[in-house]
Amino acid sequence: MTTPLAEVASSASTLRAFLHGLPGVDRVGADARAAMLATRSIKTTAKKQAIDLAISMVDLTTLEGADTPGKVRAMCAKAMQPDPMDPSVPAVAAVCVYPDLVATAVQALAGSGVKVASVATAFPSGRSSLEVKVTETALAVAAGAAEIDMVIDRGAFLAGDHVKVFEEIAAVKAACGQSHLKVILETGELATYDNVRRASWLAMIAGADFIKTSTGKVSPAATLPVTLIMLEAVRDFLSATGRKVGVKPAGGIRTTKDAIKYLVLVNETAGPDWLDPDWFRLGASSLLNDLLMQRQKMATGRYAGPDYFTLD
Amino acid sequence: MFEYAPAPESRDIVDIKPSYGLFINGEWAEPLAEERHKTVNPASEEALAEVAWAGEADVDRAVQAARKAFAVWSVMPGSERAKYIFRIARIIQERARELAVLESLDNGKPIRESRDVDLPLVAAHFFYYAGWADKLSYAGFGPDPKPLGVAGQVIPWNFPLLMLAWKIAPALACGNTVVLKPAETTPLTALAFAEICQQADLPPGVVNIVTGAGETGAALVRHPDIDKVAFTGSTEVGRQIARSVAGSRKKVTLELGGKAANIVFDDAALDQAVEGIVNGIFFNQGHVCCAGSRLLVQESVAEELLDALKRRLSTLRLGDPLDKNTDIGAINSAAQLAKIRELSEAGVSEGAERWSPACPIPDKGYWFPPTIFTGVAQSHRIAREEIFGPVLSVLTFRTPAEAVEKANNTPYGLSAGVWTEKGSRMLWMASRLRAGVVWSNTFNRFDPTSPFGGYKESGYGREGGRHGLEAYLAV
Repeated sequence: MTTPLAEVASSASTLRAFLHGLPGVDRVGADARAAMLATRSIKTTAKKQAIDLAISMVDLTTLEGADTPGKVRAMCAKAMQPDPMDPSVPAVAAVCVYPDLVATAVQALAGSGVKVASVATAFPSGRSSLEVKVTETALAVAAGAAEIDMVIDRGAFLAGDHVKVFEEIAAVKAACGQSHLKVILETGELATYDNVRRASWLAMIAGADFIKTSTGKVSPAATLPVTLIMLEAVRDFLSATGRKVGVKPAGGIRTTKDAIKYLVLVNETAGPDWLDPDWFRLGASSLLNDLLMQRQKMATGRYAGPDYFTLD
Repeated sequence: MFEYAPAPESRDIVDIKPSYGLFINGEWAEPLAEERHKTVNPASEEALAEVAWAGEADVDRAVQAARKAFAVWSVMPGSERAKYIFRIARIIQERARELAVLESLDNGKPIRESRDVDLPLVAAHFFYYAGWADKLSYAGFGPDPKPLGVAGQVIPWNFPLLMLAWKIAPALACGNTVVLKPAETTPLTALAFAEICQQADLPPGVVNIVTGAGETGAALVRHPDIDKVAFTGSTEVGRQIARSVAGSRKKVTLELGGKAANIVFDDAALDQAVEGIVNGIFFNQGHVCCAGSRLLVQESVAEELLDALKRRLSTLRLGDPLDKNTDIGAINSAAQLAKIRELSEAGVSEGAERWSPACPIPDKGYWFPPTIFTGVAQSHRIAREEIFGPVLSVLTFRTPAEAVEKANNTPYGLSAGVWTEKGSRMLWMASRLRAGVVWSNTFNRFDPTSPFGGYKESGYGREGGRHGLEAYLAV
């Protein structure tokens, strides 16, 4: 890395040269590494620890056209106290909603420590003008969102217009003010692992506080190999720049077993420093109940039926 | 900190007898020789069972049984032989967990490896060669190639059951009968395989297993009624075998040592190259004849790669082989541990710099931490001699030509690995490396359909694939 990172984005050619100069990713090798880590056997005390950690990392999400203030309030109640029968269950990290519901969520979560995250920038496709994206971000921040989950312009990225993607992220970051910016790469549309690595670096150079795999609206959403590559990117970015960036896989993580695989991936790739809700999140909705069910099973030795866990 | 709690695979699934005889003519035979030795679990030094060390007379009985069975087996239609071999393959799959635990107990290798690598490959070899049994006319060795007769096979301790499969599967498919001698430190899975032969109703005498050490192997190799000798092991023993069969009609294949170069160019996919280096030398505690024990890294990325490699080594988990999260198990024997230590100390005294991650070593058993030597010169012993342990020698190069020169500058030639994202360079390298296998952006990958074998002091003959049939046919 000969060019200082600040200068990398000074022109389209330096940015392109930098991103294409990153080491390649061998798909077979990356898949094999992720599959090997998925064979780790996490049992007993380690499993208990992992379940509580995973709960505290959940960004409890609802991103439906049919969302209502009532549904968001119910989800916020669950976020603060996931299991009403067991106060020892930690709260989740954040709730994630559309911008128009941020105020509702902020009110419902006041004083709880659970953060409000809002998607913005013409989620999920990102197909709008920069003005609209910045304005939407500013509105969500003004409504009290502590975290903004923006999407990148995949069309521009795939067309090779890295500068456009960079400038949009930088502009949204500026509009975030004190709020944290999570940049959604939508890896399911990036096609190659090389692109995932490049997009990760592009987002980090442009100021992302977190890089996130997916909107959840495109299949495949989060996968272990893609998350592996993003974890390698934040690890390498820290050693190159001294700045630490978080990672958030989102979409398709539904079971405790899946969640634990992600924690193992973090532990053995970026390292245990990232095993903290400040640096790693799981974007999910149905995952939480499975975590609660497994947690209760570990405590009592029995599985309770699904009706013993609230559906919000 | 996220500590993984112990997750041991249960050993209840294996049933180890206190004492084993020899497997001759389809049944357990009391050895004529009186010598018996214990086989130990190298992770705990606990004795697992007592096995016989067969003498000359025992070997003779086994060879006679195999000779008698040859009359039946060699004339059986290939499609019938295939049924037996397929049946063996299926029983191996059914008993895979048991065999994996047994292999890890006797050998010291991590259960993750015996479960996910060894056993699937063992079954795959039997399945693959079972498929050849009735298609030998189409293998390119003439319209009706004939078997050789009785094969005397001697296998090492690093992949006990897998080496057994590499030897027995093609031999049986071609219509030969066998007498196999497993290594003295790892006889248990071969003895379990004897039970599987019984379970598969294999005609008596087609497979005979005689346990013992070097003397037993020597008796087998020099037995006059052996038609074919197949050996995997050290170059030193390979030389003795070549001498003892010289001038006889015996056909020989030798798969011997190696000192493979794993070559990383500056345009390689670095994270995957690091995984490949780890898999090349720390897989199976480095007890792999084709291990990537010499890392040749292009100077311009040497520092970056070494930092990444050291960081990766710090996450390796050394310990109980039966724990499902163990990456590095025990060294197979006290003798092997002494050899690894001796060569590592030679590395230090010759001026190379030694590095190992902070790695707690269990109190009991034979253990050696993953170790890297930097600043290694081509003339150092650790760059020339096979260590057969988790010890990596790192050298650098500047140009592709220098990489080829250094990689080939060894008495061995079993395998090599090349890491580059550039296809043309990959092909340029592969055509110049004198090694039986050249892995492209991977290392230590095996497949029954792919021939395996060496150049120079790494031996001769090929095992695996269609090529592997030739060693067991009169062609």
